Amino acid sequence: MANRTEYWHVLTEPLVRQNPVTLQILGICSALAVTTTLATAVTMSISLTVVLTLAAGIISAIRRHIPDTIRLIVQIVIVASLVIVIDQVLQAYFAEISRALSVYVGLITTNCLVLGRTEAFARHHPPAPAMIDALGNGLGYSLVLVVIGGIRELFGKGELFGREVLPLADAGGWFTPLSLMLLAPSAFFLLGLLVWAVRSWRPEQTEAREHVPPGQMEAAE
Amino acid sequence: MTGLWALFLNAAFVDNMPLILFLGLCTFLALSKQADAALGLGVAITGVLGITVPLNHLIYSAVLAPGAWAWAGMPELDLSYLALIAFIGVIAAAVQVLEMILDRFFPKIHAAFGVFLPLLTVQCAILAGSLFMVERSYTLAESAVFGLGSGVGFTVAVVMLGALRSRLAYADLPAGLRGLGIAFVLAGIMSLGFASFAQMAATL
Repeated sequence: MANRTEYWHVLTEPLVRQNPVTLQILGICSALAVTTTLATAVTMSISLTVVLTLAAGIISAIRRHIPDTIRLIVQIVIVASLVIVIDQVLQAYFAEISRALSVYVGLITTNCLVLGRTEAFARHHPPAPAMIDALGNGLGYSLVLVVIGGIRELFGKGELFGREVLPLADAGGWFTPLSLMLLAPSAFFLLGLLVWAVRSWRPEQTEAREHVPPGQMEAAE
Repeated sequence: MTGLWALFLNAAFVDNMPLILFLGLCTFLALSKQADAALGLGVAITGVLGITVPLNHLIYSAVLAPGAWAWAGMPELDLSYLALIAFIGVIAAAVQVLEMILDRFFPKIHAAFGVFLPLLTVQCAILAGSLFMVERSYTLAESAVFGLGSGVGFTVAVVMLGALRSRLAYADLPAGLRGLGIAFVLAGIMSLGFASFAQMAATL
């Protein structure tokens, strides 16, 4: 099957090279808000990936029947219905995590990642590649969430998934938790540093200069 | 009255939408390269939040809240799970109507920030305003004040970030940090500043 490499490409491309969070600036809100602990980050990642994949599949299946002028409304309604289902499932089986996620599950509806992918990809492709693209983007998003959630929980509380990893100084260990890690600013700093790290590793992602200093004009040209 | 003023300050500074609650970050980062464009975005968001939050409050309490259909003999009917879809519909309609009104009567204002208006339908800050209104069960007056306050807080933050970033265009940054990376670091530093407003909540 010649298509297999193509599908593999569509699936792995968004993991690092076209990562939705660090390169496309999509879906940042929830990426920062839910990463105080690894458990909420993982729950959010799974919910988003499921919604994104299903929405891409449904929208791409009916893509020839959606009138162009009202397509945004149609897409939002499909996504909102899926989010309601996920929200009810979380409230029923994972009440504690659902409370921790607060309104951010509902906000998957307006997560630019979901609409961005359905608008840019699923609308023009048959269901199979559309769902694979959605899955790849969901996994790329999850990767960022898990990395940031892991760092924040490990250094903020000395725990991973609620289990002690670094013994705390209060309890006779050596680790003093950095409570700043649990506050809002550290999420911004970590994501900024992550973007820096990814772009140093993959220099082709760096943004062009907006202004070239006079001394470097010749060098730049 | 003091209660509403405290709520306004709280929504604008203590619970600042982009910097403390991480809401509306996509537009916050994407459209903050210049301070004047940022101001247009802020005004548009304030207007839409100020309209949709009270509007959604009316719809939620009249149609969707548990027991809202008691007058029709169905006191146990609970439609609150439909809130999400209803709110999105109201927001999309409100944005559309606002755009038409501006286009018809205030073409200058429409030209100034017309580009941002359709985008606001999928802005998480707008939807979150309505969801918080339900979660914290505000009254109608409170929800209007909360919507306006959140909008003002967003405007303050986005204009400040826009001004900082337009100066940074001339800075010699490491290649990997240019653009998005430094914007996150700046937002983090501003977020540190806004975190200190949390002290204000205690003294109000």
